[in-house]
Amino acid sequence: MAEVMKIEILRYRPETDKEPVWQTFDVPFTREMSLLEALAYIKDELDPTLSYRWSCRMAICGSCGMMVNGIPKLGCKTFLRDYPKGMKVEALANFPIERDLVVDMSDFIEKLESVKPYIINDNPKSLDDGCHTQSPKDMAQYKQFSMCINCGLCYAACPQYGLDKSFTGPAALAILHRYNQDNRDAGKAERMKIVNAEEGAWGCTFVGYCSQVCPKDVDPAAAIQLGKVDSAKDYVIAMFKPGE
Amino acid sequence: MKRSNEPVFWGMFGAGGMVAALFTPIAILITGLLVPLGIIPAEQFSYERVLAFSQHWLGAAVIWVIVSLPLWLCMHRLYHTLHDFGIHAGNLVKALFYGVAFAGSVACATLLLLGLI
Ligand code: SF4
Ligand code: FES
Repeated sequence: MAEVMKIEILRYRPETDKEPVWQTFDVPFTREMSLLEALAYIKDELDPTLSYRWSCRMAICGSCGMMVNGIPKLGCKTFLRDYPKGMKVEALANFPIERDLVVDMSDFIEKLESVKPYIINDNPKSLDDGCHTQSPKDMAQYKQFSMCINCGLCYAACPQYGLDKSFTGPAALAILHRYNQDNRDAGKAERMKIVNAEEGAWGCTFVGYCSQVCPKDVDPAAAIQLGKVDSAKDYVIAMFKPGE
Repeated sequence: MKRSNEPVFWGMFGAGGMVAALFTPIAILITGLLVPLGIIPAEQFSYERVLAFSQHWLGAAVIWVIVSLPLWLCMHRLYHTLHDFGIHAGNLVKALFYGVAFAGSVACATLLLLGLI
């Protein structure tokens, strides 16, 4: 027997709405039903104009970020059964709303690109030299930070990003740290310029909410604190290398 | 992007945090509770003994660390809390906040040095 839940959704249709407006839907649900499935039900059965993003339905593509009762969540990893008092669903905070639950993530994507999230190595080993060995310890330095799915929940949670969009932000700094810690990478010097800046690791005041909302336990706040340690060392080294 | 000079303040903040977490509670326990309650006899912390302690270079160093470093911790926290509340204080306020910590540290060092010489 399906129960019915009231789901309130903040709608924004730029061609008709001057500003976002709340709309309530009655959705029959079962124990297993995720918020993403509820949105599909609304779109299929109640209102085909509802817009939202999704792809994998299994917390891996990072497309379905949204605010649920004010907390950043993945729609596909959020279950109706956990919200007996109902749900208020809005577009991800700290990003401009494009339409309904769809936000404009361009700034986030630019930040991700800016940290050069790939292995930089001007003299890569040739295949003839055999494989690149990496001990479990080497890997432990970065593995956790490589689990990010670029969902942007941490940006919606971060008060610093909310106050000042020039802050590089949690996920980008975590991914930056991930590549800096990888012993196949030789791009650390380039990336440290970002970490060292006010817009880099130093824009963080260690609120830590990013790590609480992260659906993949990346712990970006920890990555940023490690970035601060790196940057502090870099600062001392730079004092002895004038002109740099 | 410009290199931030935050590592300096963050370093002092970190050092102050360590002191405030490990030693400040002990200092408060001794001077605020154990001595007034008579659990530690008051004469152990008599004026003469404390003065002698502060006039030894090691004692002076301990006092300076316990007084000065937590000042940096406090001012750093307060300064960043302003930002968290949406008050984007400029360089003047920053100079004022860290200036308090700096002045406190220098004043403490001066008084202790006067006792040493
Ligand atoms: S760090 Fe976590 S919350 Fe932030 S984008 Fe990556 S997966 Fe999402
Ligand atoms: S749909 Fe892919 S993460 Fe939710």
